[in-house]
Amino acid sequence: MIVAERKPLPEILGMLGQASRVLVAGCSECVAVCHAGGEREVRVLASALRINASKSGRILTVKTLTVQRQCDPEFVETVAPYLDGVEVAISMACGVGVQFLAERLKEKKIWVIPGVNTKFGGGAVAPGIWEERCGFCGDCILWKTGGICPVIRCSKSLLNGPCGGSQGGKCEVSEDIPCAWQLIYDRLKELGRLDLMLEPEPAKDWSLARDGGPRKVVREDLTA
Amino acid sequence: MNCGSEKNYCSRLERLLREGQFVVTTEIGPPKGASAHEMRELVHELKDYADAMNITDNQTAVVRLSSIAGAVHVLNEGGEPVMQMTCRDRNRIAMQSDILGAYSLGVRNILCLSGDHQKFGNHPTSKNVYDLDSVQLIDMVRRMRDEGKFLCGEPLEGGPIRMFIGAAENPFADPFEYRALRLQKKVKAGAQFIQTQAIFDVEKFERWMGMVRDLGLHEKVAILAGVVPAKSFGALRYMKEVPGMAVPDDLQARMKGVPKGKQAEEGIKICVETIQRVRQIPGVRGVHVMAIMWERKVPEIVTQAGLYPRPKI
Repeated sequence: MIVAERKPLPEILGMLGQASRVLVAGCSECVAVCHAGGEREVRVLASALRINASKSGRILTVKTLTVQRQCDPEFVETVAPYLDGVEVAISMACGVGVQFLAERLKEKKIWVIPGVNTKFGGGAVAPGIWEERCGFCGDCILWKTGGICPVIRCSKSLLNGPCGGSQGGKCEVSEDIPCAWQLIYDRLKELGRLDLMLEPEPAKDWSLARDGGPRKVVREDLTA
Repeated sequence: MNCGSEKNYCSRLERLLREGQFVVTTEIGPPKGASAHEMRELVHELKDYADAMNITDNQTAVVRLSSIAGAVHVLNEGGEPVMQMTCRDRNRIAMQSDILGAYSLGVRNILCLSGDHQKFGNHPTSKNVYDLDSVQLIDMVRRMRDEGKFLCGEPLEGGPIRMFIGAAENPFADPFEYRALRLQKKVKAGAQFIQTQAIFDVEKFERWMGMVRDLGLHEKVAILAGVVPAKSFGALRYMKEVPGMAVPDDLQARMKGVPKGKQAEEGIKICVETIQRVRQIPGVRGVHVMAIMWERKVPEIVTQAGLYPRPKI
């Protein structure tokens, strides 16, 4: 899933400026799972904004709602009844949702700001701890690496790792980062497939990743 | 190990190795500014004590005068440069372009490296490139030479470039048991000479060389043992913290036991001893003396190790 973290309140207040009629829109999928932008976080932010406003003697009305999924125009449409009089909308969805919301709200001239920092595609390794796992390279090679992604888990995205900085199973960048290639080596050894690490892996086609430009998937069988 | 045609060598370094000489290479870190004056003076001092000298490429991700420009300065001072190229800062387009440029200016040796991550340097907020890794870079240069083609398959105008290809390997990094196999990958990709990470733990290096010989790699690639003179106990202790460096306890104890004023001398002594020890290891074809920030000691080290004068060709 997409993992995000709430933006610090001062930053959000900075973006809000003098706006006095605000909508806080959450999303009940990924950002809810990582407790960054779901219904609970929407309520918390709305309260924080009201408290801040009353402390500084400002008038502020805050409307709230949580959309099922902000990356889907069909669900985004549920914001329609909330829009009257709104100046600024804070989207607590990931960067995708923020953009879909902004697209919908532009006709009402509503300024959309992000309430979270979208971090990565990853999963939970322990309660409250999420780690990056997928870099969306568009050309998955996980079968060659025992199910461990070198593109995103190796700090240098090496396909013929490890580099000379791998020590004691740690990446040279940080003690908190395991060396992906040590992990891959151990995994392939366990699976009896070290043969996969003997031949030079050729250069990657990065044009299938974001480097080739913003991407699109079209399913002819599903288009209306 | 071939450079296109039997009697033609790509570079002086290749020729010396092919003729069975025990080679000496060294390393110069370019300045953090645009004046090459001091660097050229250094080249002048060192060129009779080393068969070739590496010019580092934004080492530890700190911005310095480029390796290519540095290599040309070495050429202009009558030295033999080894250009270094990391994968951190350039994509395949820039790399091939720079290789053509360097070649056109007379550079004939290239060392292909992954490169220290930018978080170590002075611009940690920069974008990561790593379009290729070091193995893919080696392979790419080999194609430019043996096939006269760019990575995309198009031919180079005017024919192949004859570059002698090197790589680095770290006998002290993990997983230890995979390191010789990774070297094998580099050899398969086209590496012709290897410079290792600094050796303080000679016993571990011997074990690694054993694994390398078991794979027959010592006959396919020229291994140059890396050595670094430690200026002081503090310097030695600092090096121990560098990722990929192994400094045995007894060596630290030895340095610590020497009074501060004598530590530099002891550091040189240890370095010379290391050279003499690694020279005895079958498969070691030379040494790579890295005296960063202390380059002026290289003549002394090379002389004391019995490696002066260097062959003249």
